[in-house]
Amino acid sequence: MSIELFFFYAFASVLTASALAVITVRNSVHAALFLVLTFFTAAALWLLLQAEFLAVALVLVYVGAVMVLFLFVVMMLDINTESTREGFARYLPVGVIVALLMLAEMISLIGIKSMQVPLSPTDPAGASNTAWIGHALFADFLLPFEIAALILTVALIAAIALTLRQRAGVKHQTAAQQVRVKATDRVRIVKMASEKMSTDSGEAS
Amino acid sequence: MITLAHYITLGAVLFCISVAGIIINRKNVIILLMAIELMLLAVNTNFIAFSRFWGNADGQVFVFFVLTVAAAESAIGLAILVVLFRNRATINVAELDSMKG
Repeated sequence: MSIELFFFYAFASVLTASALAVITVRNSVHAALFLVLTFFTAAALWLLLQAEFLAVALVLVYVGAVMVLFLFVVMMLDINTESTREGFARYLPVGVIVALLMLAEMISLIGIKSMQVPLSPTDPAGASNTAWIGHALFADFLLPFEIAALILTVALIAAIALTLRQRAGVKHQTAAQQVRVKATDRVRIVKMASEKMSTDSGEAS
Repeated sequence: MITLAHYITLGAVLFCISVAGIIINRKNVIILLMAIELMLLAVNTNFIAFSRFWGNADGQVFVFFVLTVAAAESAIGLAILVVLFRNRATINVAELDSMKG
């Protein structure tokens, strides 16, 4: 058994175990943390496949951003674990049967014969995987790349617009009005006629 | 000797686990979103394995786009979840029946 195969089996077993833990643990925070482990192990497997750029991107984007978002939401919401757990035991046999059937079908499609064809030993990317992807991305997939940027912008705006709310009865500043304010709105100069001092009272004092 | 079938079988196993997760966690929207992320991970692993096998960069470029769209999807999904929880005070799918669907 080569060292690459050994590491493949090690990472694959960790990946499968943590994926199973994601769907079976009771606590949603634990599920999110197991999902982090799953993504991390998958990144290691992608490194074995010499997809270095995507492995690092997976760790940065998923473990760094998406899973933190998941953890924030899970901890922010007050989830009633018992009501979301009901039906777990009832659906468990159905889920296991469907999953095993699907797995059997997929493995029969993959077949035994393809087990004997090794991966190409040389690295197709040559020196740099990032340069390889970059050439493909900016030569052949320039328009999809820009659409992806647009999708991210739309998602950003949509996420903010969905969660933005104005609470009633809370004092807050309106920056636009503050910028637009003029000096005449703040200070009002009132012309008043000066009062004449009455003569008799002046003399008395 | 490590072959293409190793990675595809791993992808199939991961995909089946996430399908089972969707079936058995039908009440919890957060776990459902996590299972969808697992499915996308399985598909991405297949894409990268095939890209390596054929020596073609297109598979890895596609994984890049899938990562982008999945990040956008989970951001919007979680935003919807937060708004839903604010309005209904529950994330149980069985109780989210106001549209009578």
